[in-house]
Amino acid sequence: MATFTPTVPARVPATSRGNRNNLPPIEGGGDDGRPDFGSPDHAVRLRRARLGLLIALTPILMLFVSFTSAYVVRQGLPTFDPATNTVRRDWLPIPLPNTLFLINTIVLLVSSVTVELARRRTAQRVALEPVNSIPGVSIGSDKEFPWLGITVVLGFGFLAGQFLAWRDLAARGFFVASGPSSSFVYLLTGAHALHLLGGVLALLIAGSTAVMRRSIESRHIVVDVTAWYWHFMALMWVYILALMEFAH
Amino acid sequence: MGLVLLLFLCLLTFSSLYFFAAKTWWFQAAASSAAAGLDHQFVNTGIAMAICFLVAQLGLAYILFKFRDRQGKERAGYLSGHTRPEIITIVLAACLFMAVDIGVDLLGGHLWAAERFRPPVPTATVVEVNAMQFAWYFRYPGPDAKFGATKPELEDASAGGESAVGLDTRDPSSKDDFVSGVMYVPIDKEVDAILRAHDVIHSFGVPAMRVKQDAVPGLAIHMHFTPTKLGDYDVVCSQLCGLGHYKMHAIVRVVSQEEFDKWQAAREADKQQ
Amino acid sequence: MMTTQDHSAHHAPQGFIRKWIFSLDHKVIGIQYTFLGLLAVFVGMFLSLLMRIHLVWPNVALPFLGEIKPETYLTLVTMHGTIMVFFVLTTAPQAGFGNYALPIQIGAPDMAFPVLNMLSFWITFLGFVVMVGAFFVTGGAPLHGWTGYPPLSALQSSGPGEAAGADFWGIGIALFCVGALLGGLNFITTTLDMRARGMTFMRMPLTCWAWFLTAILGLLAFGVLLAACILLLMDRNLGTSFFVPAGTINGSVTAHKGGSPLLWQHLFWFFGHPEVYIAILPSMGVVSTLLSVFSRKPVFSYKTIVYSMLTIVVLSFTVWGHHMFVSGMSPYSAYGFSIPTMAITVPSAVLTFCWLATLWQGKIRFTTPALFAIGFVSLFVSGGVTGPFLAQPALDIVLHDTYFVIAHFHLIMGVASMFGILGGFYYWFPKMFGKMMNETLGKVHFWFTFAGAYAIFIPMHYLGLAGQPRRYSQPDVPYLHALLPVHKFITVAAFITITGQLIFLANLIWSLWKGKKASENPWESTTLEWTTASPPPHDNFGGHIPVVNHGAYEFGVPGAPRDYVMQTDPATVVTH
Repeated sequence: MATFTPTVPARVPATSRGNRNNLPPIEGGGDDGRPDFGSPDHAVRLRRARLGLLIALTPILMLFVSFTSAYVVRQGLPTFDPATNTVRRDWLPIPLPNTLFLINTIVLLVSSVTVELARRRTAQRVALEPVNSIPGVSIGSDKEFPWLGITVVLGFGFLAGQFLAWRDLAARGFFVASGPSSSFVYLLTGAHALHLLGGVLALLIAGSTAVMRRSIESRHIVVDVTAWYWHFMALMWVYILALMEFAH
Repeated sequence: MGLVLLLFLCLLTFSSLYFFAAKTWWFQAAASSAAAGLDHQFVNTGIAMAICFLVAQLGLAYILFKFRDRQGKERAGYLSGHTRPEIITIVLAACLFMAVDIGVDLLGGHLWAAERFRPPVPTATVVEVNAMQFAWYFRYPGPDAKFGATKPELEDASAGGESAVGLDTRDPSSKDDFVSGVMYVPIDKEVDAILRAHDVIHSFGVPAMRVKQDAVPGLAIHMHFTPTKLGDYDVVCSQLCGLGHYKMHAIVRVVSQEEFDKWQAAREADKQQ
Repeated sequence: MMTTQDHSAHHAPQGFIRKWIFSLDHKVIGIQYTFLGLLAVFVGMFLSLLMRIHLVWPNVALPFLGEIKPETYLTLVTMHGTIMVFFVLTTAPQAGFGNYALPIQIGAPDMAFPVLNMLSFWITFLGFVVMVGAFFVTGGAPLHGWTGYPPLSALQSSGPGEAAGADFWGIGIALFCVGALLGGLNFITTTLDMRARGMTFMRMPLTCWAWFLTAILGLLAFGVLLAACILLLMDRNLGTSFFVPAGTINGSVTAHKGGSPLLWQHLFWFFGHPEVYIAILPSMGVVSTLLSVFSRKPVFSYKTIVYSMLTIVVLSFTVWGHHMFVSGMSPYSAYGFSIPTMAITVPSAVLTFCWLATLWQGKIRFTTPALFAIGFVSLFVSGGVTGPFLAQPALDIVLHDTYFVIAHFHLIMGVASMFGILGGFYYWFPKMFGKMMNETLGKVHFWFTFAGAYAIFIPMHYLGLAGQPRRYSQPDVPYLHALLPVHKFITVAAFITITGQLIFLANLIWSLWKGKKASENPWESTTLEWTTASPPPHDNFGGHIPVVNHGAYEFGVPGAPRDYVMQTDPATVVTH
């Protein structure tokens, strides 16, 4: 190699991750100097995955911000009507299937609670995992409460409920192209449902890893990241609902 | 190589600036009241930018030649830009550039404001400029000074001007509306052009008048200008509108007030028949 | 002390498919992206050559293609722009070089999420296939320009190619957005979380800063473009009216009403302006590095360059309306966009000043990568000085949608960025492939391209002043006939320049096969990729992760044993 191997540093440089204690390098534990839990690099992997999720949420947010801005602009837009040679607004808010939306909202918020419980339970499992390998010690039955499964069911329930809401709109004559308000309702709820479906699939994958016997650490990362994603999507739904109900 | 680069950069700088200075290819002869101000602003900006261009390119050329690696040359100067004088130089350069750019921008502000912030004068010649794939139709309101209604369903380009814009003949104000393929306007009088596009976005561009404004479906956009020279001036569509974009060509014909009145009367008479 | 660092470990894969096709190795993915960019640029150049031929010899029947008809011309314009902007300028310098070099330059064994990385490439590739596929569907590729303004792009009967072709175009772009977002995710996470010990932010090479900031731009901008594409595809296929007002098309009344064409323009340009900085920032990072390496001097004021790039990133979201001065948007907002546009020229000017100051008092080595870096500076200045004309709303009235605009953006975005890409390519080729490219052929390629690009684009300014509108396939308007000689000159220049690119291709193929073996550090550079073998082992550093003691540009340090100090050299050598 073309580099010299530093033997004794003349001064210890500031490290890249806020380790300002000028401690000597740690062998084999990763160079972040943080306490481990589970396996040596699980903490790092989890942190990295969460960071990745945070970053990934930004373009998703921008997508919905763009839809919102289009919504606001369209609402206030006067358009030139050649038939009358005048310029007038043509936004007519459609009546929303409020009961269905309310039920769906409750289902989604409950699922947020259940996914959070699943997330915490998995975190506990990971923390106690080393203990589990001591013969004669057990951290409890493997058959624990299926919070993850319940979340998946609730998630599908929400999606089914949205589908029913669309059916309701269609039955009353409001389709995607029926008018600007109608278009936006389908667009916003559809885009949200698509993203939520992604979350449901991620949870199914997490659940299946238990069956496929992938490590508890991998499962923890998937559940943790998906749980945060789920909370984001729940908040996004509340926002979309508020936008459709109140902003006209 | 340093020498070659120097020579090339000098050639580039001087030849490109030459054609600007010599106005070998230049704006069309001005035909509107706004043109002189705009052309003047362009030249001012041009001088400022030409100086920046010259200094930067020749500076680069000089540096490449002077500091090329030669046999036996000492190490390069260890300048890293963190000393006081270096930081001051950077800040000064930034401030200078900011001042020049924003100064030039604000200097031209009145030109934009004069044209775009005020509505047309009440005595302006009103013409409705209709843009559609791929022709321009100019509608005049006639003596009643009111435009009749139009309907998209009534548009029929094969049946001539008034039908092309979908004029609704049941509207009483339509009776004296007429459509021309040539935009007649009287000289030295402000024109209020109402831009309407029927299908896709077009743009009403008249280079000699230094006029350009997109015509957007769903909007009726007013813009005004004052022609100051007699003659025929090209209208070129300046927003991609499809296959025939390059063919969307019309004429603004600037005539004396009497000629304009005669022409308008003749068209009205035609219409009554 | 060399430490073992944790990494999302994946061992070197076996098998051709896992190793070369669906590789998780950032180096392979980077090379895949780079070659995709190379393929796209040759497609894009070919399309532009056809455009230039049609403009001056419209009745010539070409072999296999026949005569180029007016509607084909607009298709060429659209696809040339789209392919160049997305699949060349946004792909090669960022996803190509960034994927390859970022992890090595920060001392990481790979990107943070290798599987997502692999997916991002294949989604981008799929986007390219779909995009090119538009040529082969009924009606052919769309003719609405890379900017795709509705209603032209939203109504299926507005012109040939606007049916299936435009759908393919929209889907191709949407796929590209997804691929780009996945890629950006990786870049940001990796830069934040995987730098080696001692690699502080202020010691990162400027290339890493550029890739990081570009990824942030992309993160905020591509979501907006994706939203716009979704709305457009809905208008086209589901009968919604986001962008289409009531009106007619081709003699019949449309089913739409109430939409706003300006809404598309706002969404598109809110993405579009950051996009041009996405196209240029990575090249700025490369050029800053190359100028330093080949002057044997540190970059002049590293911090200023970083802050200037940061300022550009922030300001780039405030200027989008300068594409829309005459669009029908409120004239009062014009100055709200014009002033930040003028302001954004300042960091660009400061950067140019820093590049010139980097060369000042240097010991300049005119290698091929250095020449392209120098060419970048010249082109950036040339393209940059025409910006302040277009930034003034009043002058834009005269210059909008003329060849003046084409000259401006080709010089500053197209060619300048291309020079950054080529410079980076010649620079990293030895590291990527373990062979050196031929220097003589490289220099010939440089001169063909540098002189050629100027010969093509400087005359376009004059055409713009004379009133030559954009996207005109023929000079029907009488005053345009006088400009034909200028067009002919440009076309001949284009022929020559594009032929010169074949020299590059020949050099590439020859060097891959028979090039001289490259050492670890043939350019005597300082950054981490030059501390390891050419090409690097699977985990980049052969089992140990370097520890960084110095900044990235320690050239010509007084008192140091050589005229360069590598980032991993012992801290006993005192640098600032």
